[in-house]
Amino acid sequence: MKIKNQRDFWSGLMFIVIGIAFAWGATSYNFGSSARPGPAYFPFGLAVLMSLLGALLLFKSLTIETDDGEPIGAWAWKPLGVIVAAVAVFGWALPHLGMVIALPLLVIGAAMASDEFHWKDAVINAVVLTIGCWVIFIWGLKLTIPLWPTLFAR
Amino acid sequence: MMDLLNNLSIGFGVAFTLTNLLYAFGGALLGTLIGVLPGLGPVATIAMLLPSIYALDATPALIMLAGIYYGAQYGGSTTAILINVPGESSSVVTAIDGYQMARKGRAGAALAAAGLGSFFAGCVGTIIIAAFAPPLTELAFKFGPAEYFSLMVLGLIGAVVLASGSLIKAIAMILLGLLLGQINTDVISGVPRYSFDIPELTDGIGFVAIAMGVFGFGEIIANLGKPAEHREVFTKDVKGLWPTRQDFMNAFPAVLRGTALGSILGVLPGGGALLASFAAYTVEKKMRMSPGEVPFGQGNIRGVAGPESANNAGAQTSFIPMLTLGIPPNAVMALMVGAMTIKGIQPGPQVMTSNPELFWGLIASMWVGNAMLVILNLPLIGIWIKLLTVPYRFLFPAIMSFCCIGLYTLNNNAFDVYMGAGFAVVGYVFYKLGCEPAPLLLGFILGPMMEENLRRALLLSRGDWTTFATRPLSAGLLLAATLMIVVVMLPSIKKKRAEAFQEEA
Repeated sequence: MKIKNQRDFWSGLMFIVIGIAFAWGATSYNFGSSARPGPAYFPFGLAVLMSLLGALLLFKSLTIETDDGEPIGAWAWKPLGVIVAAVAVFGWALPHLGMVIALPLLVIGAAMASDEFHWKDAVINAVVLTIGCWVIFIWGLKLTIPLWPTLFAR
Repeated sequence: MMDLLNNLSIGFGVAFTLTNLLYAFGGALLGTLIGVLPGLGPVATIAMLLPSIYALDATPALIMLAGIYYGAQYGGSTTAILINVPGESSSVVTAIDGYQMARKGRAGAALAAAGLGSFFAGCVGTIIIAAFAPPLTELAFKFGPAEYFSLMVLGLIGAVVLASGSLIKAIAMILLGLLLGQINTDVISGVPRYSFDIPELTDGIGFVAIAMGVFGFGEIIANLGKPAEHREVFTKDVKGLWPTRQDFMNAFPAVLRGTALGSILGVLPGGGALLASFAAYTVEKKMRMSPGEVPFGQGNIRGVAGPESANNAGAQTSFIPMLTLGIPPNAVMALMVGAMTIKGIQPGPQVMTSNPELFWGLIASMWVGNAMLVILNLPLIGIWIKLLTVPYRFLFPAIMSFCCIGLYTLNNNAFDVYMGAGFAVVGYVFYKLGCEPAPLLLGFILGPMMEENLRRALLLSRGDWTTFATRPLSAGLLLAATLMIVVVMLPSIKKKRAEAFQEEA
């Protein structure tokens, strides 16, 4: 059997898998009855419906011909990994190291995802953004964001 | 009629005092700033400012909060148009055509259409509140849980019409959004669902984390994955800051339709402005195209003007249930109710008679606030556009910085930042698989409300599903939803057939 629409095939599969996972998860809650719907009633119905639609999508992707097979194309692993890592590192660094360190880390780290990366540009950007964010969020909006590493703060 | 004029004159008398004008201006300015910063929504801002209103009188306090609300609404559409990150749930639709306009160098026209359309809708909304507040509340009384459920089904189906890709995929995305909305603590039984014993998940996933992860980070990854010359950046030649005469001719009817829809839907508690903007986009898409018009999804000015007017009109009229019944239709209104209680005013029907200055003053200041937004924003359009000429390698780290800080400040907790990172992956997968994320976001927002109303309706009907079809209002809404699907299916069937025939020939 040949997949005639790559994108639909994989999204169909995704909907089925997620649907089954949610439906399976729902079984650990009280289903109730139609007259007294429990916490599992609505999500279970939704999950089943979504799996069915996923199956329909899967079926279509195997039967209906498309011009080019709707290829998914190459995955941009580098930007994906770098951006996600930069955000996650920021999440950890902000409460521990403060904005003064976390934000430049984020800006420079994220900039490395681009193929137009230059150290000079990234550093300038980091300085400008850190000062800008301090002015807007801490000085202007008075948000409680840790500014310095917790080692130095009292 | 005399009553109306009389009431409005009381209102404007209150609104045009110097202090109240200042508070309206301050609120609108703060709101715009906050709306432009993705992630910092009006809810967070109003919540932060609640303690500070202890020092203020009730009227200026509420006027300022209302100003923040409109300002944020407007600022939210600015980011939707400029960087495709809807700052507010109701500007999700604006991003579709607004961002395309910006990419074609017509950001100025899009922003002006949004601003002027919103202002017009705001003026009409103000008059409507003043004139129809009492009778319109009667309509809301007729809505039971079954009607709400059907209304939301209609709203979601309307959202499907928005997705330009496959219908099945769009509906599946709505369902996925609804399911993500189920990750919370069950309202009725108090059971935490799908939380894996993570305490943060028992409150549900933040709307902002999904919006930023999928629309913000996911989009950035997708852009960086393309070679620089194919990147979704903006054309350098910006064609004028102002809409052309033709733009006005196209946009004006859309503004009128959007205003009408928004005024009606805004009254319904439960995301009136949101439904209104989606409904307006649907209506515009179904209208006949005038010759030479840009198709929808590629930067049609009607796709900006209609929904923007609708969401502003809806935002205005959503004050009606709050002011007359004390029922907050959305989170912002809930905070306004909180602010009123802080000031010792019991929201409800008696506000209109016991605090006429507050009631009519607030209504008049809505108009004043809208006028200020136009004055404030039209000159700023030039600055926003300058922002777009910044090279992408500087722009995307800036977007990420604002998003990350916004995510962190949601709960002063790194958890939302991690969620944002997770949804970045999800967003990129959606992009790769050709699944449009806008319907998912809508499903996610409406999910909990939909479940509550479904379960209440079933409780009331003792488990009888026909309740949705036998109650006339609900049946009408469901019928409209079915019709919509049929209408959407028709042209695609036609197109498919045409393609098949061509292959045979």
